[in-house]
Amino acid sequence: MERINIIGAGLAGLSAAITLARGGVGCNLISLQHSERAQSVLAEGGINAALDTMGQQDTFWEHYKDTMTGGGQLADADAVYGLTKHAPDIVRWLTALGVPFHMEQGRLILRNFGGQKKKRTAYAKSSTGKMIVSALIDEARKYEAAGVIERYPHHEFIRLLVDGENGKKSCKGVRIRDTYSGELYDFSGMVILASGGMNGIFPGMTTGTVQNSGDVTATVFAQGVTLSNLEMLQYHPTTIGISGKRCLVTEAARGEGGRLYILRDGAPWYFMEEKYPELKNLMPRDVVSREMYFAARREDCGGQVYLDMTGLSDEIWKKKLSDLREELRRYLGIDPAKEPIPVEPGIHYFMGGIDVDVYHRTNIQNLYAAGECTSQYHGANRLGGNSMLGAIYGGKVAAEHIMSAAGAYFPKEMQKTGAAPAGNSDASERIAVMTDGKAPVLCTVSAEPLTEEASPDFIMRLSKILSDGLGIVRSGQRLQKALYDVQEVEAEAKNLREKNRTALAGAMLRSAMMRTESRGAHYREDYPEKDETLRKKLTASCQEGTVSLNFRQLCDEPEATANDCDLQ
Amino acid sequence: MQVQFDILRSDRQTKEQYVQSILYECADDSETVATALTKINADSAVRDLHGNPVSAIAWECSCLQKKCGACAMLIDGRPRLACDAMLKEFRKKHISLSPLKKFPVVCDLIVDRSILYENLKVIGVWLKKEAERSEKHDDMAYEGSRCLQCGCCLEVCPNFYAGGSFAGMSAFVPTARLLSELPDTQKKELFEAYRAHIYEGCGKSLACRKICPAGIDIDGLLVNSNAMAVWKRVKR
Ligand SMILES: Cc1cc2nc3c(=O)[nH]c(=O)nc-3n(C[C@H](O)[C@H](O)[C@H](O)COP(=O)(O)OP(=O)(O)OC[C@H]3O[C@@H](n4cnc5c(N)ncnc54)[C@H](O)[C@@H]3O)c2cc1C
Ligand code: SF4
Ligand code: SF4
Ligand code: FES
Repeated sequence: MERINIIGAGLAGLSAAITLARGGVGCNLISLQHSERAQSVLAEGGINAALDTMGQQDTFWEHYKDTMTGGGQLADADAVYGLTKHAPDIVRWLTALGVPFHMEQGRLILRNFGGQKKKRTAYAKSSTGKMIVSALIDEARKYEAAGVIERYPHHEFIRLLVDGENGKKSCKGVRIRDTYSGELYDFSGMVILASGGMNGIFPGMTTGTVQNSGDVTATVFAQGVTLSNLEMLQYHPTTIGISGKRCLVTEAARGEGGRLYILRDGAPWYFMEEKYPELKNLMPRDVVSREMYFAARREDCGGQVYLDMTGLSDEIWKKKLSDLREELRRYLGIDPAKEPIPVEPGIHYFMGGIDVDVYHRTNIQNLYAAGECTSQYHGANRLGGNSMLGAIYGGKVAAEHIMSAAGAYFPKEMQKTGAAPAGNSDASERIAVMTDGKAPVLCTVSAEPLTEEASPDFIMRLSKILSDGLGIVRSGQRLQKALYDVQEVEAEAKNLREKNRTALAGAMLRSAMMRTESRGAHYREDYPEKDETLRKKLTASCQEGTVSLNFRQLCDEPEATANDCDLQ
Repeated sequence: MQVQFDILRSDRQTKEQYVQSILYECADDSETVATALTKINADSAVRDLHGNPVSAIAWECSCLQKKCGACAMLIDGRPRLACDAMLKEFRKKHISLSPLKKFPVVCDLIVDRSILYENLKVIGVWLKKEAERSEKHDDMAYEGSRCLQCGCCLEVCPNFYAGGSFAGMSAFVPTARLLSELPDTQKKELFEAYRAHIYEGCGKSLACRKICPAGIDIDGLLVNSNAMAVWKRVKR
């Protein structure tokens, strides 16, 4: 079997690579920068799994339901079912790899996270992502040393190598560029895209990394890969502005007791607690961000929302939020244990992206995608703690499907339970079976238009238009204006990357325009209600430069079986 | 506030180095070296002190909040993260930027840090068996998982050089995580690699500790690892 080419070495890419390697299938792990620099290391709050260690009788079925509800019933039910059902196995696997999740007396401690009624989020202080990435990097290294995983850091995705007509397209490989030498290479074989969110479309406005430019998504879109849910952007309610970006104040701050308020007629008004007595400050992110937006615009209110963490105990600061405290002290000059901090919503997650099925296949044969670059598990709004889970699980599912479809090694227990393999069974015997992939071919094309980058001016103009159209609260009028402006910019696009970005931007705006309702993160002031006839997935595809949008029926919800409701 | 940057640049192909000086107008107090580099690169009208146009300055960055180690470089001669170096900290408004010296230069401020990863492979930093968690060693596992692989520690280490057998602190920190989590019976091989590639080459001056931008408790990790290693010898 030829080596599988994985684009991206964050959690999704690492998970796919390790799964393939464990099955004895070689892969090329290609990324702009090393895994230590991927956005995944920024994840703070934790990862969800209904492990039920807190005596609350939690079940994965409840995790499933919370995820679907949080996502405005727009996520793919069958996929979410698999995700939540296997979540406990994923967290157990990570524990076996040494991730220092918080434990007390041998018991894994789970915390509250937004949109979930039970404690379900495993964490390691406020650096959960970093801890998980470090463990997976070490695990991947084992296979790198054995030559099964071949790393290509400082290599940039340029484009897919695609064969065939529309509707029957097939992926033959990928063209990449060594950013150190400038040389182009063609790698043949199947491809898994794990290239993260589209931060670069909104420069300076997201909490993520500048490395994820959005160019991968824009390019494959232009090459015929179907995208979906593009109108769904998550604004995280609590971010602070630091130089060049938005810096996240983890949801765990509220999970541990932080309270949002605004000054109304001079006195603190805890608007979330008043309006939502059950989940209070831990309502799903879209709800919190919107409430903040509306509160800040009220005439009797002070305009600035604050997060009050002064009631948190020393113990919590020390054991659970030490990093956050240090960060806020540095960036704001405020000790959050002593004074409330001013916060604003910022773009945090892209629920939309590459459209994949339950096996993480795209509409193009032999092309898979996983992680934040895809659209599937989170519907109209992602719950905190579900995206690391989705990235790790998704990478694994894609890899397993490739192996099963190819008839390669496919551990039985995975087939049965989908369980991530526990521990580290010795891989060395299995290695060497299928690592005879062809060496990459130095590409001899004289001109590759996609190597030319979008200019900073162009990117800024486009992002201004997009953020005007795709704010927390949207309207047909503002979207119309944004679409008009995009057309203007399009005419000025100087190179292919600029053109592709514009096409993607246009598809995002048109998606928001077509969804004439309010659901999850998508709120239209001209259509403030949910429209049940629009409980459909909005897909976007681009054929020969023409973008078309379609509402697609969602799959049926799985029935809960007696077994599903059992405790895990 | 105006700052003059003296940037040690180099050509990607010839590797020939030259210094380019640029006057930079800093918009607000929170700006960092990373902000300045981003803005200079975004402004096509920028000229250097001699009035020449400035081609895009090559540097690496990702998180912009000192969590990924991408942007390590020499700032006024000290290895630091560009996104963590606030311009207001510099009393003299004249800041030099150059690439880290212990790694081969790729272009301008980018160096090839492959040796960091090679050394981790040489030591064999991976679990061979399932991790054995113990709350006693959790802090060590946590601290040992925090390394950014930025390379700042190697830059100041008197004993590290590429190609030598001493792997440096960037290799030690992840090794310490494994030492804290491997079952005792599995530690032998790793101890040997630890001794050969870290313990024996290290002069314990802890210059690395002071420079580490992640503030990793390197001395704490060393004390714990050494204690485990000694215990192991007695037991054997
Ligand atoms: C501040 C912050 C806090 C978060 N906290 C949580 C949390 O508590 N819980 C949770 O579940 N989720 C959290 N998330 C979200 C979560 O971290 C991400 O969604 C998830 O880690 C994405 O993983 P990924 O592997 O898909 O992508 P990434 O980790 O972003 O990796 C993308 C990879 O693609 C590569 N790449 C990108 N473009 C190219 C290109 N052109 N060519 C080659 N390679 C390319 C990059 O080099 C990188 O290796 C948080 C996110 C942020 C920003
Ligand atoms: S203690 Fe000194 S010799 Fe040892 S790694 Fe640190 S700087 Fe190098
Ligand atoms: S130990 Fe500190 S200085 Fe050295 S690579 Fe790790 S984070 Fe950087
Ligand atoms: S950009 Fe990540 S540490 Fe500076």
